[in-house]
Amino acid sequence: MSEPILRLVDIWKSYEDLEVLKGISFDVAEKQVKVVFGPSGSGKSTLLRCINMLDPPDKGEIFLSGQSFMDPSVKLNKMREKIGMVFQHFNLFAHLKAIDNVSIGLRRVKGFSKEEAHAKALDALKSVKLTEWAEHYPAQLSGGQQQRVGIARALAMEPDLILFDEPTSALDPELIGEVLQVMLDIAKAGTTMLVVTHEMGFARAVASEMIFLDEGVVVERGTPKHFFESPKSERVKHFLKQIDVLYGRHEELLEPFDKEVNK
Amino acid sequence: MSETPDLSTIFFYIITRGLPNTLVLTIFGLVLGFLLGLALSLMSVYGSIELRWVASGYEKLLRGIPILILIYIFRWGMPGLFWYFESSLDRGLASVVLALALRSGAYQSQIFRGAILSVNPGQMDAGFALGMTRFQAFRYIVMPQALRLAVPGWSNEYAVVIKDSSFALDVGIFEMTKAANQLTVNFPQLLTMTMVVAAIIYFLFTFPVTKFFGDRQTKKLKDLGMGGN
Repeated sequence: MSEPILRLVDIWKSYEDLEVLKGISFDVAEKQVKVVFGPSGSGKSTLLRCINMLDPPDKGEIFLSGQSFMDPSVKLNKMREKIGMVFQHFNLFAHLKAIDNVSIGLRRVKGFSKEEAHAKALDALKSVKLTEWAEHYPAQLSGGQQQRVGIARALAMEPDLILFDEPTSALDPELIGEVLQVMLDIAKAGTTMLVVTHEMGFARAVASEMIFLDEGVVVERGTPKHFFESPKSERVKHFLKQIDVLYGRHEELLEPFDKEVNK
Repeated sequence: MSETPDLSTIFFYIITRGLPNTLVLTIFGLVLGFLLGLALSLMSVYGSIELRWVASGYEKLLRGIPILILIYIFRWGMPGLFWYFESSLDRGLASVVLALALRSGAYQSQIFRGAILSVNPGQMDAGFALGMTRFQAFRYIVMPQALRLAVPGWSNEYAVVIKDSSFALDVGIFEMTKAANQLTVNFPQLLTMTMVVAAIIYFLFTFPVTKFFGDRQTKKLKDLGMGGN
């Protein structure tokens, strides 16, 4: 098998006395979608922030297509350019219109001309179905639209991998469907994704593997089929039951949205 | 001016004779204070512990000194400081500008520091995640927002500096207050009227600016959801 896009080897991270991650290892291969889930405080978001070194891990190794992030000769910003990130709270640039949120990385980081960046950003906005909203500022968009701009911003850079940090958990329920639909679309288009989410419908539809994280360790991993039919550990069973009660199943949300945009 | 001047004569006398120097002092004081304040705020937000200490010490010190003391020190205490300027008038202007700038810098630093800190740090993360360097994330994400967030605070600072420029009369600069003062020396019976006219002129150059920049920008920032809600 060829080199995985992302390889995590024994990642440890603590804040003061609190051990958040205790030796996490796994790979993400090209075009794979991996879903990380688990109770709050289990270290999921920290793990993503470790991967692109927004919060560097204390110990362990991160390889991106075989290249170690820890190598002192490696330029952090050059490595991050290859990893997209979609944030729970969108983190759009408030002073820039949607189109400029998407094009600024192309212009300033990739060095595209203004016209090239604009054209490419429009393509990215089109793939999240927001072409008509290009000239709006983030504050003028709904949460679901803002998150789709966030996804377009990551997509436009054509990264090797996109990290999703609970992309729908800050959204009102009626806005979750449109974001999940976009994520499904790009997953099916072959984007390599590592997704922290509680959206089991999404996981079931596209995850190549699911990883259950609790108290900083990988408790169980397997295919969606494995988790939904025969999870082993009690913690996983308990958690899946809770999720069902709290979040409901959002599979049905994907359907009506799909029909609407295809009209 | 030998005849008793009427209202409009007083008005135009103060404007034509005094306004140019008032504006020179205010604008240069504000602009140099801006550069100083920007540097200080960067030191205090992004700097090492030593730099932060220097910035905060400077702010505390300068905010505790009357502007007139600073003006006296630079005008009479350090005559060699402004060797570059040939005429005594220019040296006088330069010394007042320096005093205004050093003091305004201490206040502008606070304005700008608050503005930088009120830009949501998640946006900086998003910049990093795109592959921006620290400098790029500051230059393209934080600074454009911080500059806008600072506008209402700056319009207040302008109002402070334009009024404080009147202290320049004490070192012989012919600005608006000096012009008004000159009139009252020749026409003491018009003192109240002259000073009221001077007050109105200061007001005309202060209120519309703070109103325009303060209110308008505050609304715009709110519309963009910038700087918290």
